[in-house]
Amino acid sequence: MTKAKTTITDQPVTATGTETWQPRILVFACNWCSYAGADTAGVGRMEHEPHFRMIRVMCSGRIQPAFVLKAFEKGADGVLVSGCHFGDCHYIFGNERAVEQFDKTMNMVKLLGIEPGRLRLEWISAAEGIRFAEIINEFTEQVRQLGPSPLSSKRLDDLRIEEEIDG
Amino acid sequence: MAELAAIAQDTRAWACYDCGKCTATCPLVRAGARYSPRRHVLATNQGKRPANSGEGTLFDCLTCKLCDTRCPVGVEYTELVLKLRELAHRDGVEVECPHGGALQSAMRIMAKGEMAQDRLGWLEADMLTEPDEGELFLWTGCTMYYDAFFPEFEMDSIAGTKAAVRLLNKLGIAPVVSPDERCCGHDLLWNGDVKHFEMLARHNVKLVEASGADTLVVPCAECLRTFKRDYGPFFSGKKPRMLHLTEFLSENLDKLPMTNGASQRVTYQDPCRLGRHLGVYDAPRAVLNAVPGLELAEMRHHGSASTCCAGGTWSNCDRYSKQIQVNRLREARQTMAPVMVTACPKCQVHFKCAMQDPNLKDEITIELRDVAEIIAASLE
Ligand code: FES
Repeated sequence: MTKAKTTITDQPVTATGTETWQPRILVFACNWCSYAGADTAGVGRMEHEPHFRMIRVMCSGRIQPAFVLKAFEKGADGVLVSGCHFGDCHYIFGNERAVEQFDKTMNMVKLLGIEPGRLRLEWISAAEGIRFAEIINEFTEQVRQLGPSPLSSKRLDDLRIEEEIDG
Repeated sequence: MAELAAIAQDTRAWACYDCGKCTATCPLVRAGARYSPRRHVLATNQGKRPANSGEGTLFDCLTCKLCDTRCPVGVEYTELVLKLRELAHRDGVEVECPHGGALQSAMRIMAKGEMAQDRLGWLEADMLTEPDEGELFLWTGCTMYYDAFFPEFEMDSIAGTKAAVRLLNKLGIAPVVSPDERCCGHDLLWNGDVKHFEMLARHNVKLVEASGADTLVVPCAECLRTFKRDYGPFFSGKKPRMLHLTEFLSENLDKLPMTNGASQRVTYQDPCRLGRHLGVYDAPRAVLNAVPGLELAEMRHHGSASTCCAGGTWSNCDRYSKQIQVNRLREARQTMAPVMVTACPKCQVHFKCAMQDPNLKDEITIELRDVAEIIAASLE
């Protein structure tokens, strides 16, 4: 068995390059509403901005300051936290907890000097495919206006994933 | 192997004669944890690395230094833990992080330093400070972050920082309070993340050096320990005099018009960083005793025998930590003092957390204040 070393690099980051710069956004979505809302947008073939990665969690109440701060630390240009509308949370009050966590996160983000516009909380239900697409478009545009995160200049190093593959 | 031998040499682990006093002393062990400093010392001497995760491992240590004060042959277990955590971090071990690692992320974001923090929003109109140059630098530490991150404890540790500024103003000093200060990196260092620690250290030392200050006054016990013990190699010229706020105040007691009698009893919690790590026990007591009418009632364990707040480095928090905190708060309540005074914001975070226990709340709740707040209140 030989070991081949491959380097997987994410899409080229071009703050200085020739291609136009696109923001890199992380979306947290709860399993029961927002993630399904994204699905609805997909099934309905709605077009929206593609510059985000989505992480599904069981409930928005799970999204702690640590998740968001880690994303910014690693160079995310924007972070969107989403969950069920009030009264709809699958776990009854998970999204109320999410608000507490979000407020805390926002406090930290402001102190750290990250623009508050890079972070947003939205409620999206499973039926709201259109709303999902609209929010993504709107937020992407907002982050685009803010430009690359000051922390993202170092992100190439962080994104390069070295994998050892048994050949 | 050679690395461990060098560590054993530096920390005097080699001198261990297996008496087990460290384990018997350890507050974690007393609270019931399966933890053995002695075994870690022995393993190091045998060229083996203690396990990195699970109960009873390196990252459980409170780094409170109580065992070091009891060791008959002067093994520096706390330093050993610091070095071993560095090796663990190099191998990719991350702390089993309380608070999900949010505080570590905040510190690393500061270390990268691409952002202008908004850390001086608490300054008030009556406070006289200088933004970049002056004779005395007041190192505020990260109290504003703790208050922002722990709203559920109703943290108000910034009150201590504000009091520190006002006290210095009363002495006729407008200290340098810099908007460019960054986390001292204490916790990253104690988590083994030397790389980001060094980034912070370089920046902070440069900042202090550029201010031209010959005195650095620090109200936070952890920041002071870091400046005095860990920033040494980063200073290029003459180091400023580095003092805890209470040390500075105790030198200037005659110039402080403490007229407002406090007529209250307080007890004092020695922060591990200020007490056992730096040997500062008397200054905080001297300034407290100077307040007219104030009575300082010591807890059963005080001075070098103090119990710490059991949350030192954002790397350990479990039922044993909670037990230690509860026991400590019970000791405080036994003094009959309504106020527990401390000299480190992190003590406040951890004791306030323990006070959230719905079953024990009534037995252990006590008002927490920074020593600067008490002194500042006696001036008005
Ligand atoms: S399940 Fe959607 S917010 Fe709780």
